[in-house]
Amino acid sequence: MTAVTSGPIVNSLTTGKLPRGSVWMVLIGSWAIVGLVFMFVQFAGGTKTFNLVGSLFLGTILFDILIWVLSYLVEGVRKAKDRLVTSLIATAFIITLLPLVSLLYTVVANGLGRMIEPSFFTESMRNIVDASGGVVHALIGTLEITAAAAIISIPIGLLTSVYLVEYGRGNLARAITFLVDVMTGIPSIVAGLFAFALFALLTGNPGFRAGISGAVALAVLMIPIVVRSSEEMLKLVPNELREASFALGVPKWLTILKVVIPTSIAGIVTGVMLAVARVIGETAPLLIAAGFTASVNYDLFANPMMTMPVFAYTQYAQQGAHASDFVNRSWATALTLILVVMLLNLIARLIARIFSPKLGR
Amino acid sequence: MTTGPEDKIPARTRLGDRVFSTSTIVAGSIILAVLAAVAIFLVIQAIPAIVAKPGTLPNGAANFWDYVGPLVFGTIWAAALAMIMAVPISIGVALFISHYAPRRIAQVLGYIVDLLAAVPSVVFGLWGVQVLAPAIQPFYVWLNTNLGWIPLFGGETSGTGRTILTVAIVLAVMVLPIMTAVCREIFLQTPRLHEEAALALGATRWEMIKTAVLPFARPGIVSAAMLGLGRALGETMAVAIVLSPALVVSFFLLTSQNPETIAGNIALQFSEASGIGLNALVASGLVLFVITFIVNAVARFVVSRRRAFSGAN
Repeated sequence: MTAVTSGPIVNSLTTGKLPRGSVWMVLIGSWAIVGLVFMFVQFAGGTKTFNLVGSLFLGTILFDILIWVLSYLVEGVRKAKDRLVTSLIATAFIITLLPLVSLLYTVVANGLGRMIEPSFFTESMRNIVDASGGVVHALIGTLEITAAAAIISIPIGLLTSVYLVEYGRGNLARAITFLVDVMTGIPSIVAGLFAFALFALLTGNPGFRAGISGAVALAVLMIPIVVRSSEEMLKLVPNELREASFALGVPKWLTILKVVIPTSIAGIVTGVMLAVARVIGETAPLLIAAGFTASVNYDLFANPMMTMPVFAYTQYAQQGAHASDFVNRSWATALTLILVVMLLNLIARLIARIFSPKLGR
Repeated sequence: MTTGPEDKIPARTRLGDRVFSTSTIVAGSIILAVLAAVAIFLVIQAIPAIVAKPGTLPNGAANFWDYVGPLVFGTIWAAALAMIMAVPISIGVALFISHYAPRRIAQVLGYIVDLLAAVPSVVFGLWGVQVLAPAIQPFYVWLNTNLGWIPLFGGETSGTGRTILTVAIVLAVMVLPIMTAVCREIFLQTPRLHEEAALALGATRWEMIKTAVLPFARPGIVSAAMLGLGRALGETMAVAIVLSPALVVSFFLLTSQNPETIAGNIALQFSEASGIGLNALVASGLVLFVITFIVNAVARFVVSRRRAFSGAN
């Protein structure tokens, strides 16, 4: 088709194919067409504002149909199907991006203004009735509870993965592997219920809520992640290193401590950071096990303790007189939380990239 | 390693070895103990609710199963709706990243998807209730007026948009990153030779994917879907924030009378519950634990079968 219209010389390599760039033109064209339709609807008074999401979405669907028809006419049925699937997959990608971009934009737009106010990181919520107030109590709670959870779960997780890789044979190892898989699937709220029930029985107080209870709940969620990731990393250590160490007469435990773990330490640290990033945003178990409060509480073992995710939730769920103050604080906390989690993730990846052993592949 | 049992020289047992290996065994056993403790403590707290006399449970339920039934329905219904949306899209996105996008962009996209997996669930909940629900409500009205003859879209449309369908969309968005990540890894493991053989025989890219990639990856896709399903079943905060619940078993997607999920119910009721009501919540948590356990067991089974038959190793 192109060859016919572009001149007398027929290029056998390009005949029967859509011209290069036509896909993009069709995509932009269909976005423009649907955008125009929505603009007419807007001028006719159907909608108040221009529906950007709607026009992108429907435009992409129109593109899927158009590209199939065009390709079917020019290139035949097989190529048309290929192009249809390609465009559908691109559509799936765009559909995914829409909510995620919207989410990030909303959090930044609603949270940034409140987050950079000085009161946000210098005040707690004690005796706050106006628009001020901040997250100091929640920040302290999150730091203490996450640190306690890490202190509980890192030794257990690391030693268990050493057992599974270096010692574990037979039934016990198989049982542990299976149960670690089961633990990975525990819903976070069930972990919270467990910690609550545990401490209710231990203390004899059916309403007991404290930071340590939340830390236990988070540790239940964190242990399987730490075990899984460190196990993978320990398995990557080449057997030659262990054998060389044994051949020099080094005992097994020193081989593990001085050869195996140092070789894989970057991967292990990465796994731990990812696990921390995963549990630091958990809301449900902390809501149940650690409770919530408006005051600073440094004591892990008594009285409810506020944490960042729970703060974001309670500020939204229990709005007071000036609802917008509460919602603003909630968004600002959400933004802080996302930034913390992303920072932890990035650091983990950097560690993995910089320090990972170079195993030629 | 290679010496037979008859010529084995017993190694000298050192104190350090003893201590170290024992401590690793203890750590492993703690995991067994923790899981047993989870089950035991939940059961202890749950028993009073399971054997409760009629009329003592909350919501006027006759017995425990009457109480937990609607919640189980809501949990599975919301998760199923989320999976219907999330599975095809996550396969598409994973294929996009693994086989369609240019190599350099693909790596960046992979990182972005991984980072999004780490967005806390409470943030998704806030976004769902403050952005998605109001934005999508006019669309629900349109669906109800034009497609109301389909039973799913019938009933009285919710004025706030906080319906089970909104919850399902939020859940789908939440499980997309993790499912995409798993699918992507599996698509990338497809043997290069299979793909090149298909292309060499003249297959288009889609035919190559259909004949080489998808058959290889099918068990992996199933296990990714199961992983996502487990997440969606246990997800709490997004449901608790977004849904406006009622104690109904209803297939209507757009009304303000929505079935509640187990996790959402626990989060909303827990701070006010006491006595038998508290036991009932713990018991419903136990039911949720059992459901997710079954889902994970199925996923494990599928993955282990894959290991046996895959040609890659």
